[in-house]
Amino acid sequence: MEMKKKRTGRFIYGAMLHFLMIASAGITTILVIFMIIYVLWKGIPYVTWELLSTKPSYLSGKIGILPDILNTVYLILATLVVLLPLGVGAAVYLTEYAKNKKMVELIEYAAETLSGIPSIIYGLVGMLLFCQFLNLQKSLIAGACTLVIMNLPTVMRTTQESLKTVPQGYREGAFGLGAGKWHMIRTVVLPECMDGIITGCILSVGRILGESAALLFTAGFAHALNGLFDGLTSSGATLTVALYVYAKEEGEFEVAFAIAAILMILTFAMNLIADLTGKYFEKRRNT
Amino acid sequence: MKRRKTLETVIHGVFLAAGLITIAFVLMITIYLIIAGIPAIREIGLSSFLFGAKWESTANDPKFGILPFILTSIYGTAGAILIGTPIGFFSAVYLAKIAPKSVKRVVETAVSLLAGIPSVVYGLVGMLVLVPSIRKLFHVPDGASLLAAMIVLAVMVLPSIIKVSLTALAAVPKEYEEGSMALGATPVETYFKVSVPAAKSGIAAAVVLGVGRAIGEAMAVMMVSGNVPNMPSLFESVRFLTTAVASEMSYSSGLQRQALFSVALVLFVFIMLINATLNFLLKRQKEK
Repeated sequence: MEMKKKRTGRFIYGAMLHFLMIASAGITTILVIFMIIYVLWKGIPYVTWELLSTKPSYLSGKIGILPDILNTVYLILATLVVLLPLGVGAAVYLTEYAKNKKMVELIEYAAETLSGIPSIIYGLVGMLLFCQFLNLQKSLIAGACTLVIMNLPTVMRTTQESLKTVPQGYREGAFGLGAGKWHMIRTVVLPECMDGIITGCILSVGRILGESAALLFTAGFAHALNGLFDGLTSSGATLTVALYVYAKEEGEFEVAFAIAAILMILTFAMNLIADLTGKYFEKRRNT
Repeated sequence: MKRRKTLETVIHGVFLAAGLITIAFVLMITIYLIIAGIPAIREIGLSSFLFGAKWESTANDPKFGILPFILTSIYGTAGAILIGTPIGFFSAVYLAKIAPKSVKRVVETAVSLLAGIPSVVYGLVGMLVLVPSIRKLFHVPDGASLLAAMIVLAVMVLPSIIKVSLTALAAVPKEYEEGSMALGATPVETYFKVSVPAAKSGIAAAVVLGVGRAIGEAMAVMMVSGNVPNMPSLFESVRFLTTAVASEMSYSSGLQRQALFSVALVLFVFIMLINATLNFLLKRQKEK
């Protein structure tokens, strides 16, 4: 009797936990599916060629998001141009040059601290430092500089992970053939860690696409149509910032949902690209 | 030969600079926030700033008490963690130990999509789905409330909690589980009484990471919380530390602007404490 009671108890305990686990995983998945379907269903009908190819016009009262799309592209380009050398350089220093263990720990701790700081604080410091102190005003350049600081830990970490997998023998081989350290890094180490650099790039682009709080006070929210160089020095909204402004300040929910649908598709695409490149490099490494 | 040596030294210097720049950025952010944040606190007084219950920044006789923001941020984060942790925790155990490979792949893809969705999209959906439902369900005049913010934040912290717990659970040595099952425990008992305790530092780190995410989120919360500086209450429109900075920054000036920097400094102190805890937990997990 006692034995049987205990056994039913155990059975109920196990069944309950089992149920909770499946329910939780189910809730998570359903949430994602709901978000995707809801946003696409509400947004896709408003994604028209006109919306994508024009700028907002006061005359016709129509809204176009071409400037916001271009701003996003400019911002991504400008950020990556500065971010990649810095991030890869930091990673190379940590794995190839640094001999002092304390120093490595300090730099890694700093990088972790950076990745924990919320974007609104980046926005504030970016505004003080780049817009005011360096007198860049509200501009995409100021926004890009802020995003460089934000994304530095990401590129640094992915490159570092990849550098760690380069066999020590490659380096010794290069030295043995008489290569200098820089020559060795340039010809042996960097080509081997391309996967880490590319992964870092993809992750950073994803974050830049989704960023809004850090850009509101640094890049501003103008919708002017500019070329690359004028665009960089003037204020401009990216897609996410434009979504926020249209939804919160102007009540233009149709445009907001259209942008949300575009962002959702881009998020999909970024995830897919990250997956595929990961698989590609894994395959290449194993053969 | 000599030229090559100089070149090497220069290159070494360049890489050293790139390495040190992370530290420089952290110092710069800290110093900037302190310099910008201290003046208003000195003028208002530390205790009336931190514990003042009223924020009326644009009144003739302005009051700068940020207790409502601090409490709202703490309550909002706590609420999000209370909702998000159980779901995230059970999902992680399921994915790490029980889920068949195909299910695992689908759910993991879903989770990384969830992590990639921009916060303004969460805000938008929250604004148009969650806020009206709360209004109808609880018969309150406005659904933009602390509750709405808690739910949105709970969804947003889910991916962090799931991913970090999953890694910790997957790292538990197989021998522990095999030993437990050999002694007659069922698989589910083994997972919850052996694997979970073995991964507890990592799971704690996951929750702390979620706390950091939730307390730092600005835009999504701004869109669903109503943004009135009330003392926190579940169905009342509230303002967080992050949204306090975001909502007034664009038109502020003088002492009001400086006070906003002080709010950011307070937020930064919170974040630093959370980061320190996170690092401590991750280190402990690694040592195991």
